[in-house]
Amino acid sequence: MPEIRVDETRCKGCELCVTACPLKCIAMSETFSVTGYYPAKLAKLECCTGCGLCAQICPDLAIEVWK
Amino acid sequence: MKLINKKPASLVDKPMRYCPGCGHGIVHRLIAEIMDELDIRERTVGVAPVGCAVFADEYFNCDMIQGPHGRGPAIATGIKRSKPECIVFSYQGDGDLASIGMAETVHSAARSENITIIFINNAIYGMTGGQMAPTTLLGQTSTTCPAGRSVAVNGYPIKVCEMLAQLQGARYLERTAVSTAPGVIKTKKAIKKAFQNQIDCVGFSMVEVLSMCPTNWGMTPVQGARFVDEKMTPVYPLGVFRSPEK
Amino acid sequence: MAEKILMKGNEALAEGAVRAGCRFFAGYPITPQNEVPEYMSWRMPEVGGSFIQAESEVAAINMLYGASATGIRTMTSSSSPGISLKQEGISYCAGADLPIFFANVVRGGPGLGNIAAGQGDYFQSTRGGGHGDYYTIVMAPNCVEEMGNFPRRCYELAEKYRLPAMILADAILGQMMEPVEFDFEPVDPKTLKAPDWALGIAAGRERRIVRSYDLREGKLELLNLERMERYRKIQEKETLHENRQTDDAKLVVAAYGTSSRIAAGAVKMARDKGMKVGLFRPITLWPFPAKALAAIAEHVKNFLVVEMSMGQFVEDVRLAVCGTARVDLYARPAGVPSADEVFTEIEKVYQGIR
Ligand SMILES: Cc1ncc(C[n+]2csc(CCOP(=O)(O)OP(=O)(O)O)c2C)c(N)n1
Ligand code: SF4
Ligand code: SF4
Ligand code: SF4
Repeated sequence: MPEIRVDETRCKGCELCVTACPLKCIAMSETFSVTGYYPAKLAKLECCTGCGLCAQICPDLAIEVWK
Repeated sequence: MKLINKKPASLVDKPMRYCPGCGHGIVHRLIAEIMDELDIRERTVGVAPVGCAVFADEYFNCDMIQGPHGRGPAIATGIKRSKPECIVFSYQGDGDLASIGMAETVHSAARSENITIIFINNAIYGMTGGQMAPTTLLGQTSTTCPAGRSVAVNGYPIKVCEMLAQLQGARYLERTAVSTAPGVIKTKKAIKKAFQNQIDCVGFSMVEVLSMCPTNWGMTPVQGARFVDEKMTPVYPLGVFRSPEK
Repeated sequence: MAEKILMKGNEALAEGAVRAGCRFFAGYPITPQNEVPEYMSWRMPEVGGSFIQAESEVAAINMLYGASATGIRTMTSSSSPGISLKQEGISYCAGADLPIFFANVVRGGPGLGNIAAGQGDYFQSTRGGGHGDYYTIVMAPNCVEEMGNFPRRCYELAEKYRLPAMILADAILGQMMEPVEFDFEPVDPKTLKAPDWALGIAAGRERRIVRSYDLREGKLELLNLERMERYRKIQEKETLHENRQTDDAKLVVAAYGTSSRIAAGAVKMARDKGMKVGLFRPITLWPFPAKALAAIAEHVKNFLVVEMSMGQFVEDVRLAVCGTARVDLYARPAGVPSADEVFTEIEKVYQGIR
């Protein structure tokens, strides 16, 4: 099953990926990361198609798309 | 399972210090991906501006030079004329390219220097803390037009693509936006063309990228992306303003 | 022996740079240096170099910033107001350790001034000129032949110590015609070693960065301290000057460039009248030949400075003699003195000595 992996050391919690995902599978974590941001996470595992749109808009190369 | 978006080798593998939701990081990644795809990293020289992207010289994994505010096109001209075998790009903000460096922009286009310019239009001076830019929208507030940009005091925003399109030497001009994922994909196509043009010795190529500065717009990144789509694109319509084919 | 060619000063300057291996020129028209870009516009293509008439002096210096970062020998020239415009770029070159070469064919100032000869840009040239802590090598020719021969030395010093180098001339030196004999064989740039910092094709090596900033805590000062050490070496080793009849002199006239030519005539007149007068002429204005001047001041207690400015050069003379001798000034700010006038000044000062 396709999935995304968010690098918490790079994610700045901008939420652009959340709005970019056509299937709304990304949500923000409730706990903050070592860099002090609430990082993004794949909330609906089964939904992800691996389309990569979230990674397209991520300004910080924090998202890996696996397919 | 396979990783489908490996980090480009043309970008140094370290976190960038731009603010959350800043468009600079997106465009940096696109340029690096294109350098990889065109296999030009080892013969590319990039010119970093004065502005938030001054740090571009740390991030691109190719030869880089950082020079005075606004003079990127002149610096790129000097490099390209001395080393025509190199691919030379100048990365600039709107204060850099359309205010202090306007003469260099116009004249490098008029000479049709065979260089590639990546122009980040975020309608504000980012690095110095949110002052008015030549591209700030009418009514948009900034630290030097706190009541909003007014025609009476500040005049009109400058539409760089439209202006340069009057010049015969400007061979390729396109405006895109990185506020949405499809916009990012279109931007990459445009920038790739601007690099390919240089390889094909077409002449002056510039891509104007509408980009977010949530920090100095006083918005969240998501609001910032919406601002680009709702407020900036009506004033700065996206599209191709000149192309070598036309 | 090489042949003597009759040349205008500005043409000799341009040809000297070409022979020294210059392959990139960018400039903007301004009197009285126009012959330099005009000459380069056909000469550069002839030798396979690039010539660009830039949109401004600002653009020209930045084109040099880029071109010289690729490791080639470059040149720009201008006259006073244009050199002021270039100062930010020159400071960046100093900050990025780029060995650019440029010439200032000085005119009258301040402001638009006039297009006649002046020496009012002495401070600007010898004190860095732009913002920040830096120096530029400054060579001051006083004849057309030196206009042609000094560019090579400028390139060599600029590259050896990695800083900008300039020629400080003026309208008279730029416009007059004299026979020139080049004292060096033309340099083929292909024979010059590519510097290990030059940008370009990066195949098989680490990427390189040319920049003038360092925002890391304390790093900029370290960089400047290293640069300061280089400047100190230059001051120790690279001064040039000319002494004429200073050994038995009671009065030494100090002058550079065009003033030194005029002063030489006046000194001869004085000697013809039996007065013991000599001439000290710095050829490098930075580094200033302070030690050479101090050595003269050990036995000469009277100096007369002649300059076509209000009293800029005199400050370096006073610093060098450091209170051990009396220093008088004959200043012609944006005026050109005659040898007779200077002789009259010499007489006045000389009479006061006895
Ligand atoms: C000659 C000069 N003038 C002014 C500045 C100060 N300055 C630094 S960045 C900047 C504006 C940058 O804005 P922009 O080009 O829009 O880029 P951004 O930071 O928004 O990416 C200014 C005015 C400078 N460094 N040099
Ligand atoms: S890859 Fe596509 S579907 Fe999966 S999280 Fe990213 S945007 Fe959503
Ligand atoms: S777009 Fe990137 S940086 Fe922004 S929240 Fe998503 S993963 Fe994090
Ligand atoms: S100030 Fe604006 S342009 Fe600069 S890094 Fe932050 S968001 Fe980006």
